[in-house]
Amino acid sequence: MLQGSQSWNFINQPVILSTGVVGGPFEGEGRLADDFDHVFSDIWLSETTFEKAQTRLLEEASYTALAKVNKKPQDMQFMFAGDLINQLTCTSFASRTLAVPYFGIFGACSTSMEGLALGSFVVNNGGADYVLTGTASHNAATERQFRYPTEYGAQKPPSSQWTVTGSGAAIVSKSGSGPVVTSATIGKVVDMGLTDPFNMGAAMAPAAADTIEAHFTDFVRDPSYYDYIVTGDLGKVGLPLMVELLRQRGVMVTEEQCIDCGKIIYTDNQPVNAGGSGAGCSAVVVYGHLLNKIRNNEINRILVVATGALHSPLSCQQKESIPCIAHAVSIETQGVGAL
Amino acid sequence: MKMKQKPPLTDAQRTYQKFAAKDEPQSPVLLNCLKAFLIGGSICAFGQLVQDFFVYNFDFNEQTASNPTIAVLIFIAVLLTGFGVYDKIAQFAGAGTAVPVTGFANAMSSSAIEHRTEGLVQGVGTNMFKLAGPVIVFGTTAAFVVALIKTLWGYWGG
Repeated sequence: MLQGSQSWNFINQPVILSTGVVGGPFEGEGRLADDFDHVFSDIWLSETTFEKAQTRLLEEASYTALAKVNKKPQDMQFMFAGDLINQLTCTSFASRTLAVPYFGIFGACSTSMEGLALGSFVVNNGGADYVLTGTASHNAATERQFRYPTEYGAQKPPSSQWTVTGSGAAIVSKSGSGPVVTSATIGKVVDMGLTDPFNMGAAMAPAAADTIEAHFTDFVRDPSYYDYIVTGDLGKVGLPLMVELLRQRGVMVTEEQCIDCGKIIYTDNQPVNAGGSGAGCSAVVVYGHLLNKIRNNEINRILVVATGALHSPLSCQQKESIPCIAHAVSIETQGVGAL
Repeated sequence: MKMKQKPPLTDAQRTYQKFAAKDEPQSPVLLNCLKAFLIGGSICAFGQLVQDFFVYNFDFNEQTASNPTIAVLIFIAVLLTGFGVYDKIAQFAGAGTAVPVTGFANAMSSSAIEHRTEGLVQGVGTNMFKLAGPVIVFGTTAAFVVALIKTLWGYWGG
């Protein structure tokens, strides 16, 4: 049901029944290596193009999630998925393999939570018993579309981020055991006029702050309700900006409470400048690392705020600024329910 | 047709941009210049060695040796690009690997590798000059303008 101006309160508490998380070799060397279900040793995944490799990533993540609960693709009523590649081809091609009734969604790097919010809404309101949602990104496929050829020697500034090769998929169900999705706040497009595609963190921070503020207003909640407010992916540059913006607006989050998927996925020794990014980044960190923490009862409540930059290489070259969006979804331990 | 002017920034946008710029990590320009000087200089020194090699061992003089020298540098740069090493050196060296002829070789070969999946003609052929093209366009334009000035100078002034 609608809560406040732009949020949904999921009173039936859809369950994240299972998740599948796969990554590339570089992610396997990262800090969260143990949270992947499978790490591929080859960035090509034995395919002939990087786009096919990205398609495989989403397929593998989806099949892994399905296999964990002995389900088949045909048990899923709908699929909400998307990615960063033009016309969502990689996701649509993966859906061709899975053959689940499919909504292709684009929210750039906010796609993971856009999918989870929509999937949970449908399940919560009786539109489906099972929904599959997921997203994938591939470093080389994304680099070639948004920046330069992968082997081109261009020096990147310290504010730039590294696109994650990986995919996370989740099965949302109306019943069962697992972490539950309790609410979602849908963000509006925020554009602060920034134009540097090598500094996404600063461009996206205001969108994240806007959605988080709306979430706490809609639910009349205090930030202390959540163990973590997880952004994906503001990186080292954007996260402190967002914390500062929220405090300026009277949302008193603590620095320890705010973590960022792009900041924690890699080790400090990996040359990723400001951190990870890409549609797959928040998906693998949330569906892998953070849900594992909830399942192990290390944490009880998180608010995941996935942020997306809605520009294209063309719009940047035409000197347009970078519009950004953020969607927030709260995930909690089953049975804690404190509303 | 004149492009429509973009609306001016709002106060909120201006305030945020100032706020964000304050904490933006800056590229270490001086250090990058030093690295570029060292790596770029080493590439040129290596090129000099190759040139001397051709002059002393074969029937080349300093001018004619430049062609095989450049070919050797291009060959090495393309090889390093193909092995996926060149971009890693470039992240360290910056302009040091971009300015010498090796940078041009890298721009062309990386585009060629990248677009191999779209076929030889539509992919490699169409996109090979994607990054290197502007160098040719503006290099030729600049050469034309300079040659024109030089010619006119000789005609009227000389």
